[in-house]
Amino acid sequence: MIHRSLLLSGATLLGLVSAAYAQDSTDPMTIGLHDWSSQIVDSRVVGDILESVGDKVEYVTTDSQAVYESIRLGDVTLETEVWEATFGAAFTAALAKGGIVDVGTMDAVTREEWWFPEWDKEVCPGLPDWKALNDCAKLFATPETGEKGRYLGGPVDWQMHDGDRIDALGMNFTLVNAGSAAALWAEIAAASKDKRPIVVFNWTPNFIDAVYPGEFIEFPAHFDGCEDKPELGVNPKAAFDCGFPGNGYLKKAAWDGMEAKWPKAYAVLQKVNFTNAQLADMAKMVDVDGMEPEDAAKKWLADNEAVWKPWTE
Amino acid sequence: MTSHRTGALALLALALILALTRNALPAGLMRPPEWLVWPFADWLNAAFAFCQNDLGLMAVTRFAAAGIAALLDVTGNLFYGKARWPNLGPLPWTTFAITAGALAYRVAGWRLALFAAGTFVWIALMGQWEWAMQTLSVILIAAPVTFVTGLGLGIVAWRFALFERVLNPFLNIAQSLPQFAYMIPVVVFVGVGPKAGAITTIVFALPPMIRMTVLGLKKVPENVVESGLMSGANRWQMLTRVRLPTARNDVLVGVNQVIMQCLAMVVLTSFIGMPGLGQKLLQLMQSLKIGLSFEIGVTIVLIAVTLDRISRAWAEMAPKHFAKGTPWHQRHRVLVIWAILMGVAFALAHLSPWFSQIERSDAFSVAKPIDAAVDILIRLIDPVSQALRWFLITWVLIPFRDGLLWLPFTTVLALVMALGYAAGGARSALVCLGFFGMIAMTGWWDRAMITVYTVIVSVVLAALMGFPLGIWGARAQGRAARVLLVCDTLQTFPSFIYLIPVIMLFGVNDVAVVGAVILFAAVPLVRYTIEGLRGVAPELIEAASMSGADRSQLLWKVQLPMALPTILVGVNQSVMFSLFMVIIAAFIGTQDLGQEMQRALSTTDVGKGLVLGLAVAFMGLMVDHLVTTWSAARTQALGLEPPKRAA
Repeated sequence: MIHRSLLLSGATLLGLVSAAYAQDSTDPMTIGLHDWSSQIVDSRVVGDILESVGDKVEYVTTDSQAVYESIRLGDVTLETEVWEATFGAAFTAALAKGGIVDVGTMDAVTREEWWFPEWDKEVCPGLPDWKALNDCAKLFATPETGEKGRYLGGPVDWQMHDGDRIDALGMNFTLVNAGSAAALWAEIAAASKDKRPIVVFNWTPNFIDAVYPGEFIEFPAHFDGCEDKPELGVNPKAAFDCGFPGNGYLKKAAWDGMEAKWPKAYAVLQKVNFTNAQLADMAKMVDVDGMEPEDAAKKWLADNEAVWKPWTE
Repeated sequence: MTSHRTGALALLALALILALTRNALPAGLMRPPEWLVWPFADWLNAAFAFCQNDLGLMAVTRFAAAGIAALLDVTGNLFYGKARWPNLGPLPWTTFAITAGALAYRVAGWRLALFAAGTFVWIALMGQWEWAMQTLSVILIAAPVTFVTGLGLGIVAWRFALFERVLNPFLNIAQSLPQFAYMIPVVVFVGVGPKAGAITTIVFALPPMIRMTVLGLKKVPENVVESGLMSGANRWQMLTRVRLPTARNDVLVGVNQVIMQCLAMVVLTSFIGMPGLGQKLLQLMQSLKIGLSFEIGVTIVLIAVTLDRISRAWAEMAPKHFAKGTPWHQRHRVLVIWAILMGVAFALAHLSPWFSQIERSDAFSVAKPIDAAVDILIRLIDPVSQALRWFLITWVLIPFRDGLLWLPFTTVLALVMALGYAAGGARSALVCLGFFGMIAMTGWWDRAMITVYTVIVSVVLAALMGFPLGIWGARAQGRAARVLLVCDTLQTFPSFIYLIPVIMLFGVNDVAVVGAVILFAAVPLVRYTIEGLRGVAPELIEAASMSGADRSQLLWKVQLPMALPTILVGVNQSVMFSLFMVIIAAFIGTQDLGQEMQRALSTTDVGKGLVLGLAVAFMGLMVDHLVTTWSAARTQALGLEPPKRAA
């Protein structure tokens, strides 16, 4: 703690002299990697960009929720993908505790929603409408859910309130939580073999887009107050009677000591900005083309110099 | 035994009455009432916050971790070229293959040398070099540190009985605590990255090393000690020249356990930033690349076998004696050859990058055929697996789970007390009550019952498969060796790999969870059944055959009863493995303690994680107590030597 405050005051002094002449520390920065491809590739892309301006970078794999605690402690310097719906809670909590800063929102918008693979449409032609889905509920029944359809949600700690929504919309579905993203993918892959109808939690951008075409369920559109004002929406007695916001943020986060220790790198990170198409492209190189994340990052940088060069200036 | 029967039956009757009068019971007897549930997690968190902020313990732990990190930086640089002192690396892959081969040749001979060198050639050809080196750079630090620390603590514990008594409960808990539970404090007190991985690994691998050291030193026969004393050895000489060499075999089992534990942690520690094979495996699984993750699993097994065999052979190696006047190069023939080959390797690495590191894009892969095979397998057994899933869920799993949750918690407590009473009288009944009572007091009763249900179903199903397999395997010597080899491989193979195929077969539900757990639960059952049956004295079998016992009589009346104490050790381990695997199966999707543990890990909630971990540990410890007590009674009744227990 003492160490950090010393560092900060030293940095403030430096800042007083002149921010423009501030030099980045020669210590390596640490970038957190998680277990999905777009994040790994864009972290490598950011790392390579930072190295191109003369910084040193190291990578560390961490849990995608626990990383915010590590950033607060300064063990991880930056994080390139903070998804609103899945990590928003952990990120906001860490912001409140201090030690972490919000380095801005990217152009990419994230969508997280109930999703079905295209083969569902053959047996339930009314999709993607949620009422049509509800009418087909029986098609999605499994031994553990009995008569009701099964909706396979994401891990509980992503706090999606799917159970509340099922109740609020009076749906004939039972929520089953998968334990990890990999479990969701395995279900989709298994269902694809005999075109079994399923409806699962999914998000975009990710590699499933490229491998298993499908669509999101259209729920009543999200509106302000859907989560906390029961009187609004299609069910006047319950909250959560709407879909997820279609445009969740995708943010960058950093340790609050980063700006002082690596001012140049921090300035670059502030400008880093990916779009949905770019992220999907990075994920595809790894998940579909079978490239290594490091190589995919190099290829992306080579192909998109016009995009990232300006960030370094 | 009979004296215990009345007490056990009385407790059983109490349990029955409580269950039958369930609807009339006050709420306080149904589920732990509020006054019984203590906020352990909050207390632990407060204690941790105090240590972290007020005592400045974090500065201490981080300072200690910096020591480990410095060591890791050196191996990191040499092995995979991390930009740290001494800035020499990365060494070419050929040098590792040569060194491993030379080392194996020196300690064991040609066969092991080929295997050890072959392992590194496989890693290089599969394009896994950098990942494997990241993993090895941590293991080759963690394992020796564990060995030295464990040996030291073991000697202290052997020397001072009081220290051993204090240490013992900690070791018991540490060995039954799911790994995730202590990974959470490590994130806070040490940070993330290779050093966190190394420290978690050390903590996990330490208990068996301490245990085996104490055990070995205690077993040193009196006459050996006496002859040492008579030769005028002082205390230090007694320890280093007499006692430790005599205890070598047990210390060796400890070393072997350390290596196995280190490799078992490869995948799990990647959750807290350990790079290498484990991290890659998780990432590949995340994008459903089963074949590629399988290749990594094979690498981990190969590394485990290589390290295990070399360390074993090294410890068993007899010192070589040379005639006086033998020239240096003859006495150190292997060293000379090694040095020459190393020179060649470096030269080759300069000539072609192929001899330095094989790029991933040039590497071989057997992933495609594996993926195809898995795909065909899943399609083939899909109709069966769907029917099996339906049957198990509707007729076995859901009724059993609901039944267990339906029971008042007091019934369950009375039941475990009855079990305890039957095994070891009033004292055991109280021990069992203590363990399960603590679980009730954590406030996670329902989730704990779901864990209990998963473990019971898995162990029972595993027993249905494991016992017959073990009996079949024990029939012939060669067959036994082959089955045991399969057991070893299954045990070292990273558990995470099983998760995806079971989901593909059964979907996200309890059948998949049980399916993944069974694989692990069955291994110790098969192993100890074989070892128990093959350990039955041949004279006994001969005597029984002479008295005209046929094959089934021989099995049921002689072999199985005599092997029972050893088989029980297997049951005990099976429960332990299941408990660990159930926690990992949270990645499939469960509603038990494991799911909460996963949540605690992602919110770095130290207190909650430890409380959940302790609840799991108490289940394991209770079963351990029951089995050990009962097994001891059986052993005594049979007049056998107590079975060897793995640490």
